[in-house]
Amino acid sequence: MTEPRTPAVEAGLPASLFAETAFGRRKLRQEAAARVLFLVMTLMMIAPLVAIVSYVLVQAWPALSLEFILDVPRNRMTEGGIWPALVGTIYLVTISLLVAAPIGVLAAVYLNEYAKDSWFTRAIHLAVVNLAGVPSIVHALFGLGAFVYAAHLGFSVIAASLTLAIMTLPVIIASTREALASVPMSFREACWNVGASRWQTIRGVVLPNAISGILTGVILQVSRAAGETAPIMFTGAVLYKAVDRGSLLPYYLDDQVMALSMHLYVLTTQVPNVPQAVPYATALVLLASVLLVNTLAIGLRVWLRNRKRW
Amino acid sequence: MVGMVTAEPAHAMIHVEDLCVSYGHREVIHGLSFDVKAHEILAVIGPAQSGKTSLLRCLNRTIDFVVDAHVSGSVRLGGEDVRTVRNVFDFRRRIGMVAPLPVGLPMSIYDNVAFGPRCAGLTVKPDLDALVERCLRHAALWDEVKDRLDMLGTKLSGGQQQRLTIARALSHQPDVLCLDEFSIAIDPVTTMRIEEVLRELKREMTIILVTNLTQQARRLADRTLFLLAGNLVEVGPNDMVFSEQPADRRTYDYINGLFG
Repeated sequence: MTEPRTPAVEAGLPASLFAETAFGRRKLRQEAAARVLFLVMTLMMIAPLVAIVSYVLVQAWPALSLEFILDVPRNRMTEGGIWPALVGTIYLVTISLLVAAPIGVLAAVYLNEYAKDSWFTRAIHLAVVNLAGVPSIVHALFGLGAFVYAAHLGFSVIAASLTLAIMTLPVIIASTREALASVPMSFREACWNVGASRWQTIRGVVLPNAISGILTGVILQVSRAAGETAPIMFTGAVLYKAVDRGSLLPYYLDDQVMALSMHLYVLTTQVPNVPQAVPYATALVLLASVLLVNTLAIGLRVWLRNRKRW
Repeated sequence: MVGMVTAEPAHAMIHVEDLCVSYGHREVIHGLSFDVKAHEILAVIGPAQSGKTSLLRCLNRTIDFVVDAHVSGSVRLGGEDVRTVRNVFDFRRRIGMVAPLPVGLPMSIYDNVAFGPRCAGLTVKPDLDALVERCLRHAALWDEVKDRLDMLGTKLSGGQQQRLTIARALSHQPDVLCLDEFSIAIDPVTTMRIEEVLRELKREMTIILVTNLTQQARRLADRTLFLLAGNLVEVGPNDMVFSEQPADRRTYDYINGLFG
């Protein structure tokens, strides 16, 4: 076999400059295999999500109507709608967020921006991470003991909301700290070098750059709070509460409350003769409201990122 | 003493005495003592790990932010010990600091320069405008950005961002300007322009120039300080340090690339 007279050979370079080698072929095969593997995993992740949403949608279809959302449950919950549960969930999530978000975000700012790295702050960090992993039923027991009995709040909206707040707080702290830590140290140093105080640095540079990450963490907790049943079941949520149809402010803070997650549990396990579509429709409303909140949050994040100032 | 005597008797702007810095148990500066005269350019040269940046951090007390850093000895700025300053944030405004790698803050070019003055309470728009223009001119950047001051500072090229950093360091009208290897991200032509500006600025402030380029120290500085592994080897007028026979043999070797 003679060497082909390519321009490379005439220039005195080896003919194999662009020839395929065994190692080169293996590299390309690995590249293709890795790509396929990651794609398959992505599809496997999406598949159950699509399956759940479409199944729920199909099952819920017969019961869906505006009346289902606005009406109160009737005839031993077998007819009517879910208005009190929907409003109850909005109550619980909003109040828990109003309590947990400011405390969590500000505490994380202190821990990440002001506190020195000592055994004490490390212990706090460890505690926060561990608290984030505590099962919700344990938070429920704590809420029952602390808010319902010890604080004499009774079985009420406020006790359930505070329990949800306690449950979401550690995760909000942890995710906010992540977001703050991702702001490069050089930004802070540049601010300190021109005489900015710590607060001016946080306000001017750190928070605007971390805000989308902070929001993501907080919003994820909204979804979690809306979906949890155990914490509110022990502290304020009931099977049934008489409320006017479509009424916007049906609950006082010390009232017992209905909630979507609790209502779903009750419909599927406790009440006989419920038409099959009703629990699915309830689940769909829960899914849709979480989706709505997430979409709003994404919109807010994009808007903030484009402004970069606030 | 040859040549470099300034017209008026130079008093010490900065007086460093027996400065030691350690991080944890590792001491990186072992007892430095030297003066910086008002309105001079002092170059600090030395290989990596010799404590040049730590020295600058002691001057404006950003070393406070380094966990487990320990500083002893004294640094006096205009007669006052910087360790006893109560409002350290306002104190830092007396010192302009330029880092080796450009840090464009993620805000507009205008805000990048106006951030320092605003933090000091300056909010009058015409005053800010004038200040921003003057600083950008000093940093040889004004002509390139004057039509797009509201563009994000981070979208500038590396060299432009470095000049933006210099403009920011000038924005609070410091008494001392410290430049930590300012030219590593800038092309030679721009470097020359900024060196011209520094020669001008000398009339308004004292300049400390940390540099790896011994030639830059030679052409720009009045005096040069040679740091080696946290020890001061030699400090003196450029005619001395860059002569055939500096006070210490190691200085000659380092400057002429005969080291190690």
